Amino acid sequence: MSSENARQQWINQRVGRWQQIEASLEDLSDGKPLSMDTLRDAMRAYPELAADLAYVRAEAPHSQIVNYLDKLYREMHRVLHLPARSRVEDLRHFLKFEVPGLMKLLSGKILAVTALFVLTGFAGWWLIATFPDLIGLVASPAMVDQVQEGKLWTDDLLNIMPSSVLAIGIFTNNVAVTLTAMVFGVLYGLGTLYIISLNGIMLGGVFSFVHKYGFSDELLRFVVAHGFVELSIICIAGGVGFYIGEAIARPGHLTRLQSFQQATRNGLRLLMLCIPFMIGAGVIEGYISPDASYSMAFCTTVGIVYWIVFGYALAGWPGLFNPKLDPAASGEHRS
Amino acid sequence: MNDPHNIRSVTGVDIELKIAGAGARSYAFLIDWHIRLIIALAWYIVGTVVVWGSLTPGEQSSAQFPLYLYAVLIPALVVYGLYHVVLEIVMRGSTPGKRIAGVRIVTQAGHTPGVFALLLRNVLRMFDSLPFGYAIGLTCAILTRQSVRIGDLAAGTVLVYQQSGSQALDVAQFANQDLDFAKVELVNELLDRWDELDPDKRRGLGQKLLVQMGRDGAEALDESTLKGELFELTGRRG
Repeated sequence: MSSENARQQWINQRVGRWQQIEASLEDLSDGKPLSMDTLRDAMRAYPELAADLAYVRAEAPHSQIVNYLDKLYREMHRVLHLPARSRVEDLRHFLKFEVPGLMKLLSGKILAVTALFVLTGFAGWWLIATFPDLIGLVASPAMVDQVQEGKLWTDDLLNIMPSSVLAIGIFTNNVAVTLTAMVFGVLYGLGTLYIISLNGIMLGGVFSFVHKYGFSDELLRFVVAHGFVELSIICIAGGVGFYIGEAIARPGHLTRLQSFQQATRNGLRLLMLCIPFMIGAGVIEGYISPDASYSMAFCTTVGIVYWIVFGYALAGWPGLFNPKLDPAASGEHRS
Repeated sequence: MNDPHNIRSVTGVDIELKIAGAGARSYAFLIDWHIRLIIALAWYIVGTVVVWGSLTPGEQSSAQFPLYLYAVLIPALVVYGLYHVVLEIVMRGSTPGKRIAGVRIVTQAGHTPGVFALLLRNVLRMFDSLPFGYAIGLTCAILTRQSVRIGDLAAGTVLVYQQSGSQALDVAQFANQDLDFAKVELVNELLDRWDELDPDKRRGLGQKLLVQMGRDGAEALDESTLKGELFELTGRRG
């Protein structure tokens, strides 16, 4: 038998198997539960395809059969390497260990951003107190007019739209600000610096302006219930932005790309924890903050309690989720 | 097409990923953009007419605003805004537009990307889309070796062709061919270079090849019939 005939015979024998593998790839790609036999067959098919491909690559490197087997092999490689499904254990590990670890890693940067936010807040206060005409830079004309007419823009919020609508709008806005503060860290941290400074100047400037008209207590009552957590999240996002910026500017022993990938992954993971708290802040800002019937004391209590819960989450929920690791809990069992 | 990206596999046989360039990326995006725009607009228009009775607010519109918001406005915005992230997760690195364009997202190792990587590349869409028309993302895709945007760089993903060429193959045509690999290769090379060759020369080469393979009357075939028969021999679809 000539070598040509032998090769054609080999193809004739293999074609059926390739068709079978091609059909099974569709089932494997669906992600539906599969029988053990199907899985075993897929595991066998992968090295079989590798061997077939190596043979045809050597015999006819530019033929269509190489393209065909290349595709089959590539698809089999992809579907056999599907990421594992997330389990409750992974979530527990994330909440218990990853979040506090990331907070520790980023604590310096978050503190720096907080200091920047406070400083720019004072700068904004000073700016508007010294040059009141500049209020147009930090507040809309409608807000300015309302304050000059003797009322805060927050007074009528619930008359304009229901709390639920307000909460959704606020949540969306908070997510946008938070992600922007993080993402713009890509510009060597300068984008984050700009966003945090701008927000600080705006907050300080607005407070300075309403203070002049005697509304600062009222605005503080509006802000305090949701503000602790909301502003903390913005500072954390800013810290993440600086972290990404530094990762690009000073990658250390990693390549710039590896360092950037590591920073964005870590940063986004930390912000994932913040999303449920942003929803909570939106709900408070929609339902409690604009309602004048809630006193300053009540709003302050809500704000501080919510902030403590947030801090507790950032610390890894000490004492929760994993009683075996909690010395106090294990002590109780022993006694 | 970009240079292929080779990945070492445990079997010892490299996997060749065909990287999709900025053109394929833009093509897939434009299809997806039209799909999400059409769905969101259709939902918005039909929903507005159903809730308000017309496209403009009427006298009772303020009372119906919460219903309008929750049933019409928010779903339309969700479809438009979360189209990519939701579909990429559900379809494991693909979207209808990518499927039509024949591309999909995989990790640098050729694996199906995880939920987190897909989330990350979509969060950075915010930066890639700046200042308008995905200018940053597109520039980055043109300049980088693997044609990736910033979101892909962060998530460690690449956009690859799902099919190895423009031709879809029917493997059954490989079976029981009278041709051996070497002859198939010759015919394939001729077909690959067909448009670059002088018409007389390519016809002559094609006729000679067919004669060698025992095709009677090959000299009399016109160019399109000749090309068709060559395609048939190789199992390719022209």
